[in-house]
Amino acid sequence: MPERFYTSNSQLRTLHSELSLKIMSIPFSYSFRNLWTRRLTTVLTASGMALVVFVFADTLMLAEGLRKTLVETGSSDNVIVIRKASESEVQSGIDRQQAAIVGTQPEIAVGRNGNQLLAREIVVLISLTKRGTDKPANVVIRGIGDASLALRPQVGLVAGRMPRPGSSEVIAGDSVARRFRGGGIGETLRFGMRDWMVVGVFEAGTTGYSSEIWGDVDQLMQAFRRPVYSSVLFKLRDSSEFDALKVRIESDPRLTLEAKRETRYYSDQSEMMATFLRILGITLTIIFSLGAMIGAMITMYAAVANRTAEIGTLRAMGFRRRSILISFLMESILLGLTGGCVGLFFASFMQLITISTMNWQTFSELAFSFTLTGTIAFQSLLFSMIMGLIGGVLPAIRASRMNITEALRAS
Amino acid sequence: MFILKLIIRNAFRHKLRTILTIVGVAIAVMAFGLLRTLVGAWYAGVESSSASRLVTRNAISLVFTLPISYQEKIRSVPGVKGVSHANWFGGVYITEKNFFPNFAVDARTYLDLYPEFILSPQEKKSFIVDRKGCVVGRSLAQRFGWNIGDVVTLKGTIFPGQWEFVVRGIYRGAEKSTDETQLFFHWDYLNETMKKMSPRRADAVGIYVIGLKDPYLAAEVSLAIDGMFKNSLAETLTETERSFQMSFVAMTDAIVIAIQIVSYVVIVIIMVVAANTMAMTARERIPEYATMKTLGFGPWHIAGAVFGESIAIAMIGGTVGVALSFPAGGWIGRELKQFFPVFSISTMTIALDLLAAFVVGTVAALFPTWRGATINIADGLRRIG
Repeated sequence: MPERFYTSNSQLRTLHSELSLKIMSIPFSYSFRNLWTRRLTTVLTASGMALVVFVFADTLMLAEGLRKTLVETGSSDNVIVIRKASESEVQSGIDRQQAAIVGTQPEIAVGRNGNQLLAREIVVLISLTKRGTDKPANVVIRGIGDASLALRPQVGLVAGRMPRPGSSEVIAGDSVARRFRGGGIGETLRFGMRDWMVVGVFEAGTTGYSSEIWGDVDQLMQAFRRPVYSSVLFKLRDSSEFDALKVRIESDPRLTLEAKRETRYYSDQSEMMATFLRILGITLTIIFSLGAMIGAMITMYAAVANRTAEIGTLRAMGFRRRSILISFLMESILLGLTGGCVGLFFASFMQLITISTMNWQTFSELAFSFTLTGTIAFQSLLFSMIMGLIGGVLPAIRASRMNITEALRAS
Repeated sequence: MFILKLIIRNAFRHKLRTILTIVGVAIAVMAFGLLRTLVGAWYAGVESSSASRLVTRNAISLVFTLPISYQEKIRSVPGVKGVSHANWFGGVYITEKNFFPNFAVDARTYLDLYPEFILSPQEKKSFIVDRKGCVVGRSLAQRFGWNIGDVVTLKGTIFPGQWEFVVRGIYRGAEKSTDETQLFFHWDYLNETMKKMSPRRADAVGIYVIGLKDPYLAAEVSLAIDGMFKNSLAETLTETERSFQMSFVAMTDAIVIAIQIVSYVVIVIIMVVAANTMAMTARERIPEYATMKTLGFGPWHIAGAVFGESIAIAMIGGTVGVALSFPAGGWIGRELKQFFPVFSISTMTIALDLLAAFVVGTVAALFPTWRGATINIADGLRRIG
């Protein structure tokens, strides 16, 4: 293989000059230039790795996006009360008497206007059609009280006004306004034998509220002929009083309710989805990375085989087995890292995409987006380097074990 | 014959490299097949639904109920053979992790409408006469070790309380795609309990299931039913069972699409790996190709040898992958029984698996084949040095 010799001769010259100063370690540039020399193979192997890292990063980003949506939807100072064992607001039902008893608890915070920061709400699902298609999706419609908005600082009106109490007016989350027919400002939605005018659009960041429609609780209860609340939400005057309050509510013989911190409530709600995403992500990553590691292994074995004479020369010059081993491992890790960087680069564009799907536990629409964090970037790069390392270990050991005389003869 | 021998010999010249590539292709083909099966499992409910059944639900959404009085009105619509009703009960067995679908149904009419749930005559009879009885699917009974006569307690999420049922029958599915993980009990038991506990919620039905005399009447009957209840307190939406099931799948289609994309990504990954192997192999053998040409072999011979080698490696990998996907699919099917009642690898999937392997082999061979066929003899020989 004379072609190899031309490139390696110049490299050997550099090596020789360095050898007199630093003894026994092969310079990093040797690994780098070897990859550069065999560009086509390097590009192919690295792109295989890049795809795997792309998928790996995406699954992590998706899980993170879901987590972020949930964390921001709930506040740990807020307590949500629902009927025992009902799991979600949609399944829950609290009659007026029980809701009134909850309202007498002393731990409830008081707002600026002197009223309690407490909202009795009704939550039901309605089926709406997406714009431009005939596909229906379930949307949460929430009947709100005076304090509902104050209890959720992450929600803010961006257009129009709040619905007047006692009227058939609603406001829609920006995600609903954008994606569902009849959800935009000035449009009307028909349900419960009435036409409901959308008078405002609210924004709620990445929280679940952006896929909801809000209206006056008493009007909605009438329209749906459902004389019970779904949940009672309130803010604690002191977050540490939660445990005592929970015990009191759950042991009160007049109540058949349970109290949860809002953050806990929302993470319970999408536990199934989070588990599903996690299992799917782990399985895919393992299978895919096996493929990519095999690719790296093939490449590195070929690299070792092509350079037998070169390795013999290096050994003859006095480099230790360990230096050869490290040098080949370096090359392989570098290969993995190249793939990792490319994969991560493309994965970062996935942040522009929002996934909307049905949450099996609540049957309602859940929207979340890919979210890239520093930790995920670090994990992805580390993962790519580990893939390179594992793929390179066996070939590197083979290279380091070569017999000097036989290796030199290979040319 | 000669070229076949050459292909096989060549393929196993670098044993380690070839084996690694075969393993890679096998893993990728297996993953591709399993992901496709997963997508298929998603649509299992749609596949197993009948075209001669309609489902009527509240037009607002599934959480709203319909009055029981609609049953007789619906029965009077021309073209309707039978009507039954069911409520999604949403009960939890011990913990939420043990999820399985459970419904309160009108026993006699429901079993008539669903002939695919096969019960022996005495099981059917003892279920119908026992108001606290229930029937469970075969695989559900296996999962929790239930036998006929056992008492099963569910914790109600929508209907509060602890609900006790006696297993009176274990049904098996008539088709491979029939869901054998469900539990059915008497709607009357639910209704009578609700009458005592919260009368406001009694006499309410989640969905009506309608059997048609003729599947072609579906559109007509749906319009007639929905027209009958227009502008009432509970307007209805009637659709075929298939589109009813489809609406659930459609709500999660973002995930299905993601899985589909990913199943192609895995093929692309392995294509890259296989292309790399073939490119390396061809590069090493350039002098050989030149020698063969000198001996008088035409470019087509060389192209055939390279191409054949690539296809051989890919197809061996593909076959191994298909073989592996059966035990792997069986394992996943058992682990995910609660999410996907039906998880079986179809003939179509196997065909696609092999097609994918063939495509991988073809794409991987393109560049090396061209290179080998067009090599200039003098250039090729010079590389021997």
